[in-house]
Amino acid sequence: MDNAAIVGVAQTKYERRKKDQILADLVFDVTRAALDDAGLAIGDIDSVVTVSNDFFDGRTISGMAVGDAAGGEDKNISTVSGDGAFGAFYGLMRVLSGYKATIVVAHYKGSEGSVPITTNGMFDPIFHRHLGIDAISAAALQADAYMARFGIREEDVAQVSVKNHGNAKNNPYAQLPMDITVADVMKSRKIAEPLKLLDCCPISDGAAAIIIANEEIAARTKKKPVWVKGVAHCCEEYFLGDRRLSDPVALQDAARRAYAMAGITDPMAEIDVAEVLEPFSYMEPLWLEGLGFCKPGEGAHLIEKGITTMGGRLPVNPSGGALSANPILVAGLARLIEATLQVRGEAGDRQVKNAATALAHGFNGPCGQSHCVWIMGGKK
Amino acid sequence: MAEWLKDVEPLTLKGRIAVPYSWWVGDTGSRFLMSLRDDRKILGTKCPSCGTVFVPPRKNCGRCFVDIEEWVEVAAEGVIEAHTIVHYAYPVQPVKPPFAYALIKLDGTDVGFLHLIKKDLDKIKNGLRVKAKFKEERTGSILDIDSFELI
Ligand SMILES: [Zn+2]
Repeated sequence: MDNAAIVGVAQTKYERRKKDQILADLVFDVTRAALDDAGLAIGDIDSVVTVSNDFFDGRTISGMAVGDAAGGEDKNISTVSGDGAFGAFYGLMRVLSGYKATIVVAHYKGSEGSVPITTNGMFDPIFHRHLGIDAISAAALQADAYMARFGIREEDVAQVSVKNHGNAKNNPYAQLPMDITVADVMKSRKIAEPLKLLDCCPISDGAAAIIIANEEIAARTKKKPVWVKGVAHCCEEYFLGDRRLSDPVALQDAARRAYAMAGITDPMAEIDVAEVLEPFSYMEPLWLEGLGFCKPGEGAHLIEKGITTMGGRLPVNPSGGALSANPILVAGLARLIEATLQVRGEAGDRQVKNAATALAHGFNGPCGQSHCVWIMGGKK
Repeated sequence: MAEWLKDVEPLTLKGRIAVPYSWWVGDTGSRFLMSLRDDRKILGTKCPSCGTVFVPPRKNCGRCFVDIEEWVEVAAEGVIEAHTIVHYAYPVQPVKPPFAYALIKLDGTDVGFLHLIKKDLDKIKNGLRVKAKFKEERTGSILDIDSFELI
């Protein structure tokens, strides 16, 4: 693979409701901020990918509505209707196929639609949709399958919520920085058992953008380029019942391939920080298992032993993760931006010391039907 | 945010997208749904290559990438593999919370069948056996099975 780097990043602050900005406003702001971050002008960009979802935005071919704001005028512009980590993958492929610099911009306003009705629309209209299943109730089935299989207690996964909301206090972009305890999580309102309110992400508004560039552009950007060392994605079956929900095989496969590309043989030893997409607390340990940081069923031990906390051997979600702000689709791109900032050494109060290699992860579909894994590093 | 916006409720336009669709349920789906409607029987299909019995039935096996032609009648009862009791309401749900979703491995099948449990919520556990309760008035829908009940 030719070398490609992330040379510019930008995020809005994530909030419950951005009442002063429409989608195009959000997109324009992060596009301009990412260009400023890179020290590039819009004329340096020759390819645009928007991460736009028709059903969430309430428009047909939603990407068209934000093309102007993304600097797409006179450019090759295309859209990914899925998580931003996959949008970034498409942006990378465009750079590898000859474009010099691709801007990838993701946007979402949860405040303007209905998350359950829209995520119900992910499911099969003949066999599943009429049952009323949505992203939250599907996640609750996965949480139950995972926790029952390995004897994981609700208190164990509640620690993830405590950690991530605490980490969010160091992230000026996070929506829900909070000092909470395991007891607070345990006594929060039941949503879909075993998930309680504080096991679940909030509804969020926000946008994010990155610029991925080839070596020629990366040689003249303002900030230190952060190089793509490895990346892969993989998908598994559509119907929940066809999958073993406690066994994230697509993630295992994506991780294996991304590690192979990056030359990583021992992820726990070679990766300094991870940002994983965990809109529900149980997902963080489950995804860490899928990523090979521990054996199946042992993900919850990592937080118990302090390995994934700030100051631990592998801090996970120093940003506070999706539990602290979940602009859907933007959230996976935010993980990649956070990983980039860590490698740059620009993560402010949430900076992990000497973070040379960072992992970012996003997923699509209920219970993580497909996963995308990125390994980012400071050296070419 | 502009100062003046902080103290006002911005103008919003209410919209609703209600697009009518008529989804062809497919020949495999037709046979499955007609069997629920006319015979109160649950049908699956069996992959000739890996032997997986799928319910709802599939016309192809995505794992083996082959056609599936063999139909099998599966039991209307099975074992709860995973469940959740739902406590929040939104308009698409066919029943008022609390109710449960379960992935049920019907006897003679190899995948989880997603459906509802409406009664005895406090008794639900993974591993317990449940049985399908059919509706009296059936229309050829997944909801011709009203729900599953603990045996
Ligand atoms: Zn097969």
